[in-house]
Amino acid sequence: MMEYLPNIIFAFVLVVGIGYFARNMNRLRRNIKLGKDVDVSDNTGARWKNMARIALGQTKMVVRPIAGILHVIVYVGFIVINIEVLEIIIDGLLGTHRIFGSLGVLYDVLIASFEVLALLVIISVSAFWVRRNIIRLKRFIKPEMKGWPKQDGNMILYIELVLMILFLTMNAADYQLQQLDAAHYTKAGAFPISQIIAPIFEGLSISSLIVVERIAWWLHIVGILFFLNYLYYSKHLHILLAFPNTYYGKVKPQGQFKNLDAVTEEVKLMLDPSADPFAAPAEDAAEPEKFGASDVTDLNWVQLLNAYTCTECGRCTDECPANQTGKKLSPRKIMMDTRDRLEEVGKNLEANKGKFVDDNNQLLDNYITREELWACTTCNACVQACPVSIDPLSIIMDMRQYLVMEQSAAPTDLNNMMGNVENNGAPWPFNQMDRLNWANEK
Amino acid sequence: MAEELKVPTMAELFAAGKSPEVLFWVGCAGSFDDRAKKITKAFVQLLTKANVSFAVLGTEESCTGDPAKRAGNEFLFQMQAMTNIEVMNAYEIKKIVTACPHCFNTIKNEYPGLGGKFEVVHHTQFLKQLFEEGRISLEGGKFKGKRITYHDPCYLGRANNIFEAPRELIRKLDAELVEMKSCKQRGLCCGAGGAQMFKEPEEGVKDVNIERTEQAMEVEPEIIAAACPFCNTMMTDGVKNKEKEDSVAVMDIAELIASAENL
Repeated sequence: MMEYLPNIIFAFVLVVGIGYFARNMNRLRRNIKLGKDVDVSDNTGARWKNMARIALGQTKMVVRPIAGILHVIVYVGFIVINIEVLEIIIDGLLGTHRIFGSLGVLYDVLIASFEVLALLVIISVSAFWVRRNIIRLKRFIKPEMKGWPKQDGNMILYIELVLMILFLTMNAADYQLQQLDAAHYTKAGAFPISQIIAPIFEGLSISSLIVVERIAWWLHIVGILFFLNYLYYSKHLHILLAFPNTYYGKVKPQGQFKNLDAVTEEVKLMLDPSADPFAAPAEDAAEPEKFGASDVTDLNWVQLLNAYTCTECGRCTDECPANQTGKKLSPRKIMMDTRDRLEEVGKNLEANKGKFVDDNNQLLDNYITREELWACTTCNACVQACPVSIDPLSIIMDMRQYLVMEQSAAPTDLNNMMGNVENNGAPWPFNQMDRLNWANEK
Repeated sequence: MAEELKVPTMAELFAAGKSPEVLFWVGCAGSFDDRAKKITKAFVQLLTKANVSFAVLGTEESCTGDPAKRAGNEFLFQMQAMTNIEVMNAYEIKKIVTACPHCFNTIKNEYPGLGGKFEVVHHTQFLKQLFEEGRISLEGGKFKGKRITYHDPCYLGRANNIFEAPRELIRKLDAELVEMKSCKQRGLCCGAGGAQMFKEPEEGVKDVNIERTEQAMEVEPEIIAAACPFCNTMMTDGVKNKEKEDSVAVMDIAELIASAENL
């Protein structure tokens, strides 16, 4: 029994780690589904292409080459090193060691490339840390990046750094054990990077080396499980959600804003000369739909998915003309606020047995101010800049619709403009009958 | 201006049993704004020169609803849209050209869902096509070697991926096209879109059009070319703010070509 203890502990840790992760994924799913339904069954070809190009191919990341290339390294490292994680899981469950070792030369190539990638990831992550904390790039020190968002950004870098160091330490000790022909430590793999670290362990006994190797091995896999569970609480959720998010991202021209169907019905009635303006609504008529959005549940689920996908890189905010000229609007903050409020609503549901209890809070005013909403020029720079197809503009527009159509709370100048459009067919107070005057003016 | 402009309306042509090749959608700015009216006239001159049969809606045209929609007033937008669509459908209009990217975007992308299906082209696309068909050509080198920078209107460029047509027209002028640091997909807004034209900007350190004008000034242009009446106004204001109006002109691409043609 005792000899199986490590396997049992390993299986237990694995089940708890994956189980908790699954629980959080369910929460995530439930929260996203609080959004209104939206039909995204169109353009499947274009959608798959977007996912392949933008998420898998990272085409938008490399628009900014330095961050782009560093990110590609970490991304490739993450994907490829997962093969190693698979081996660790099998070894852990079966009590084997380097079970893929029988692959021979292929295994050597694999391990060697993991090591090189691990080193490159260490370099990239360090560069990212320097950008955030020493160079202090403008977009990382905006007001919305104080507190948890800042800590979270660094935390991710620390975890990745520690995981890579543990991986190389594990291999270095293993390499030494292999040199010493230690039992159980089959000779397998090539260690171009950890060989350089290995001399640190020179002179250690086999049993000490095994302790080092086992500690690194365990911390490495437990660290990975921790990281997996950290995702839900972090901006790092993008490593999972970037894929569905780019699939469900906008496939229409960026300038095309959706026409509200509920409004179309009413406008048709208004313009229909035979409609009776005083007719009572039909008995079975549904309650009139709320126009626009004042809270997260008024948004659609793609917008909510957007919020969870946002990794707070701030490229949107960096490109935003309003933000560049010192206005309060930050598209990144719009997404962060949406996620924060959605989390709050989710917790409210949990605390009240699945029923939302009014908390006197909402996305509008409590999170996103009107000043931010009105500063947007709808230029789509934020949408273009996002490396994972997030559309902050759609949320801004939905909230403006609420302000105007539900609350009649547009700025006075805009009310004047709308009055002019309504009465004169132009945003300025000119008579529609003068519309062709230019043709006769010298 | 040498000749009187001949601007037929759809109503006139319809009464005479004729239908034009294309409807020229003038837009509110093009109809009422003193600066934009010059763009409208320059474009009409080019249409006339190229023998394009066109007509305008004149007093039957109304705001597309773009500023209302982007201010959040979907009701007003759809009222405008449906009224305009009704008028255009009654005239059986197939093809529309407009010098305003906002009108262009709205009619092209948002009208179809409300029953208005038209082929819509921006005037820079249309002019490019006229060149390709040999219906207009440029001689003389009025703009030869002049430094021109082009400001991408958001609703033409990023919103509809039209980056090349305006640039190609500038190249036809034999001018030196110099790009600002933010251009094409990464172009910076002039500050007027999303109904901002009609309100005071929110508090900040500067206005968007000043920032954009500064970017333009960095490349030391003699001319800032625009392809949108709103961008034109914003950039003109920016240049005035920098007290550079004597050395830097803001011109629409239609004006540049009309001017090169000595129209």
